[in-house]
Amino acid sequence: MNSLKQSLISKRFTITAEICPPKGTDTSGFLDKARLLKGQIDAANVTDNQRAVMRLSSLACSLLLLREGIDPVFQMTCRDRNRLAIQSDIMGAWVLGIRNILALTGDHVSFGDHRNAKAVFDLDSVQLVQTISKLNEGNNINDKPLKGGTDLFIGAVVAPGAEPWEPEMIKFEKKIEAGARFFQTQAIYDMERFQKFFEYARQFDIKILGGILLLKSAKMANFLNTNVPGVDVPKRLIEELESSKDQLEKGIEIAARQLKELNSFCHGAHIMAIGQEESVVRIIEKAKSVSSAKTPGN
Amino acid sequence: MIITKKKEPSLILEYLDGRKKVYLFGCNSCAEQCQTGGKRELDEMTVILRENGKEITGTSLIDETCYKMLVKKEFKANEAIMSSDAILVLACGAGVKTVAEIAENSTPVFPALDSLFLASVERYGRFFEGCSLCGECILGSTAGICPHTLCPKGLLNGPCGGVINGRCEVNIENNCVWVDIFRRLKAQDRLNVLKKIHPPKDYSNGVKPRKVILERKKTRA
Repeated sequence: MNSLKQSLISKRFTITAEICPPKGTDTSGFLDKARLLKGQIDAANVTDNQRAVMRLSSLACSLLLLREGIDPVFQMTCRDRNRLAIQSDIMGAWVLGIRNILALTGDHVSFGDHRNAKAVFDLDSVQLVQTISKLNEGNNINDKPLKGGTDLFIGAVVAPGAEPWEPEMIKFEKKIEAGARFFQTQAIYDMERFQKFFEYARQFDIKILGGILLLKSAKMANFLNTNVPGVDVPKRLIEELESSKDQLEKGIEIAARQLKELNSFCHGAHIMAIGQEESVVRIIEKAKSVSSAKTPGN
Repeated sequence: MIITKKKEPSLILEYLDGRKKVYLFGCNSCAEQCQTGGKRELDEMTVILRENGKEITGTSLIDETCYKMLVKKEFKANEAIMSSDAILVLACGAGVKTVAEIAENSTPVFPALDSLFLASVERYGRFFEGCSLCGECILGSTAGICPHTLCPKGLLNGPCGGVINGRCEVNIENNCVWVDIFRRLKAQDRLNVLKKIHPPKDYSNGVKPRKVILERKKTRA
């Protein structure tokens, strides 16, 4: 099963969402959220110790999703594993039936709940993409043939709002050269700027899923502006949130609007609703209800 | 220069617990510059230890405490060293190791400092880490700025997603080292260097312990 790849190749507007593994072994809440999203999205990203906070393994949770009939995007960071562990986990994911992988650098341990830990970063995200490409060719990182390789759909991330943009762009192109085939972006609020990025990115043989981060409140929007790199929530959106009675509801409405906008030109959208996965379904429904003429991307 | 900082006196007193006669070594190179192991610091340590009931059997300020021949000479010239109950070394780890090698199995040697990093000196008293001694110098392709050392993640192919207006999210006071590298290479019209994928680091160059033994060159008569 690789509904993500099929959906993107068939040029359908593709939706992914993020699900965060639990801080422990009780998977009931995780599975409840997964079941809510089933059938609503094309694939679900499983975060890997996001924000350097220790949680249940992304590999294990990706398998849980697979058993539920949801196509998982196994997120892998460079922070917690050296190149041996990285390769064996990637091959492990493959033999378990996982078909999509998202390669990330990973947040620094100083942000998380294990600040005294050793940050590994044996590879960086470009080298990680390159490593997966080698495994796909049936070789290990040192170009030695394996007894059976992988055929993973390789994704990476890009921050179209990065400041300065040029170094980020060079890295983005390196990721493509290394073998990344789909990109999920950092949260977008400046749609015009994103559209420019999309136009520039059209020259490459890649698929792009624009990032939508659900704004749960004006407070959260302000927090993002001061604390999250590459994210710039415009003032008018913050004001829109502030002036509404139900800020979460307004956030869902804004996200739905963005989803609809992305639907008009982009390959897909990646919805991040941190802890509010149930809202993802509402965002998608709302986007449909406000839709007029549905013009698929590509 | 090797940068060091003083350990807490309470920790040093713990090391010296039950040992009365203490000999002190300082280092007149890096530790002197760091104000952690020069003449003044030896005097300060003498006062602290005396106040805590220790007897200081003597002090030596070696030009380079990491230089075995110099330390050995001091041991030979000074019997008080070996007759002490403990030797406290106000130098970097290499200095402590050198003294401990000569004292061998007799007198226990303790560090008074923590060794921090290899620095470039901006000016007196301002030290900044610049090199990790990794054994595989890449500065030729990074405009003389080491990302392995200066990026908290040691990334080799460009910035992570944590750049905030050119600064590093791990410590917002610092520029993102990759933005600095980018700017310098751009100014030098060398951005093509940045566009090449840098392969994973070869850590086999840094397998510990490392050593270098120079071949002796024959001198012609």
